[in-house]
Amino acid sequence: MEHLLEHIIIGLALGSVYSLVALGFVIIYKATKVVNFAQGELVMVGAYICFAFTVQAGLPFVASFLLTLIFSVILALAIERLALRPLIGEPIISVIMVTIGMSAVLKTLVQLFWGTTKKNFPEVLPDVTVKIGGLPLEIEYIAAFILALLLFVIFSLFFKYSRKGVAMRATAFDQLAAASMGIGIKNIFAMSWCIAAIVSCFGGVIVGVIQDINTDLGHVGLLVFPAVILGGLDSLLGAALGGLFIGVLQKVCEGAAHEYLGLGGFGNVASFLFLVVILMIKPYGLFGTEEIERV
Amino acid sequence: MNAAQQEKILRVENLEVVYNDVVLVLKGLSLAAEKGKITALLGANGAGKSTTLKAISGLLEGEDGEVTEGAVVYKDKAIHNTPPDKIVRSGIFQVMEGRRVFEDLTVEENLKCGAYTRPRSEYAGNLDKVYGYFPRLKERRKQLAGYMSGGEQQMLAIGRAIMASPKLLLLDEPSLGLAPLLVEEIFGIIKRFNEQEAVTILLVEQNARAALTIASQGYIMENGRIVLDGAAEELLGNPDVQEFYLGLSHGGERRSYRDVKHYRRRKRWLG
Repeated sequence: MEHLLEHIIIGLALGSVYSLVALGFVIIYKATKVVNFAQGELVMVGAYICFAFTVQAGLPFVASFLLTLIFSVILALAIERLALRPLIGEPIISVIMVTIGMSAVLKTLVQLFWGTTKKNFPEVLPDVTVKIGGLPLEIEYIAAFILALLLFVIFSLFFKYSRKGVAMRATAFDQLAAASMGIGIKNIFAMSWCIAAIVSCFGGVIVGVIQDINTDLGHVGLLVFPAVILGGLDSLLGAALGGLFIGVLQKVCEGAAHEYLGLGGFGNVASFLFLVVILMIKPYGLFGTEEIERV
Repeated sequence: MNAAQQEKILRVENLEVVYNDVVLVLKGLSLAAEKGKITALLGANGAGKSTTLKAISGLLEGEDGEVTEGAVVYKDKAIHNTPPDKIVRSGIFQVMEGRRVFEDLTVEENLKCGAYTRPRSEYAGNLDKVYGYFPRLKERRKQLAGYMSGGEQQMLAIGRAIMASPKLLLLDEPSLGLAPLLVEEIFGIIKRFNEQEAVTILLVEQNARAALTIASQGYIMENGRIVLDGAAEELLGNPDVQEFYLGLSHGGERRSYRDVKHYRRRKRWLG
């Protein structure tokens, strides 16, 4: 396969977006045990808001990116306050259902404001290519990779050592016991949604910078499932590595299927086939916590 | 007992608690805890002991319970209907029934959670204090709490409370599921903590004998109200308490299981 290296490198760049989205996914799961089906839509909203600020309002990219981050945080707080806080104490499945509804609402709102056609970001980074393994690679891909790595390190340290991070993990394990420690459960929930919105927003903007955006971007939330399951639902390291791996797997399988079988769009199929296999042989993922059962 | 000279840090007055808007669990319960002393709250399963503690610590909220009448007064301020994190900040800390340690956190991370509301400057000192009371926790500080034995988990649960430097500690059945020797050890530590730190303790127990041995005051609860109260030694000597809660017959000797159904007395109180 002559383009193998190229597929791998593009896959890593795509994978770093998956890693970011998976990170947001895992953070919400870790703190609240909620599987957030609206994660992809948060990415999409982030991308569109950034598009609105840069292209439609004509702001410089850095300013509009910061504004997008602020907007994402406000959106996350609003979602938490209006849709999720009233559900505290209700079964987790109700909350998960609400996130599914929310994903539809967010997608429709974006279509309402921006239509369904593709949108292009202006060139943000200088048009520089770097040679890796003899392959010319645009600097956007490298930036995406480094950014994902950086965010991963920051959040890992946060969960391991900071008081708030440990409190978030405690809340995930036992809400009532966490409340008895004086941990404000509502704050913890709000905080986890904010963090998830921020990393999603990074993901969305990266996609915008690398390629164009459309409302199908929300599907990234589903494509991230194989990554999260592979890594283990509650492991940040798993999310980061799982994201990269699925990115590569997707690109390589797509390339191979195209080259040898003449099939297009096999990448997504491959990652979900892989998801099934993972669930059969290692249901807690590579780094997920297996339930502790004392006998 | 001269009530006037004792400072009551906590007063529960005619408390009524309803779960799910229908189930009346506490029916006008009143009790008080003296500052710096251990007060025992005894009673059978379902009497409403845990509910009483949760009404004080604000944890009813998460279980659809509600205070519909009466008041919980802590340091002369009504605190029912206050969210639990504010109550912890005001110095009340509940060790919940069944230990409730965070199993996938390490011992030290569990302790960190206990210190959540305290300033960082206190952390190191309080950690040493916990390891002083429970050297076993120090040995296992990097271990996941879920892999520890029941006794160690109970130590951890009490350790978390120590990290919060409470003024009023609510203990819900610390003896639950523990071997008798361990119960003795843990009650000894509770007593020591109470004396060394001058912490007021409200202790809920089924193990009436263990509780009354370290308490100065006791309340006996049935069906959501207090049926008997008094100094601990009075209660230990009370023939009714001996018969129904300590398993002794009238003469004071141990009862045989053979005639456990044949109460020689009727309860001399209204349940």
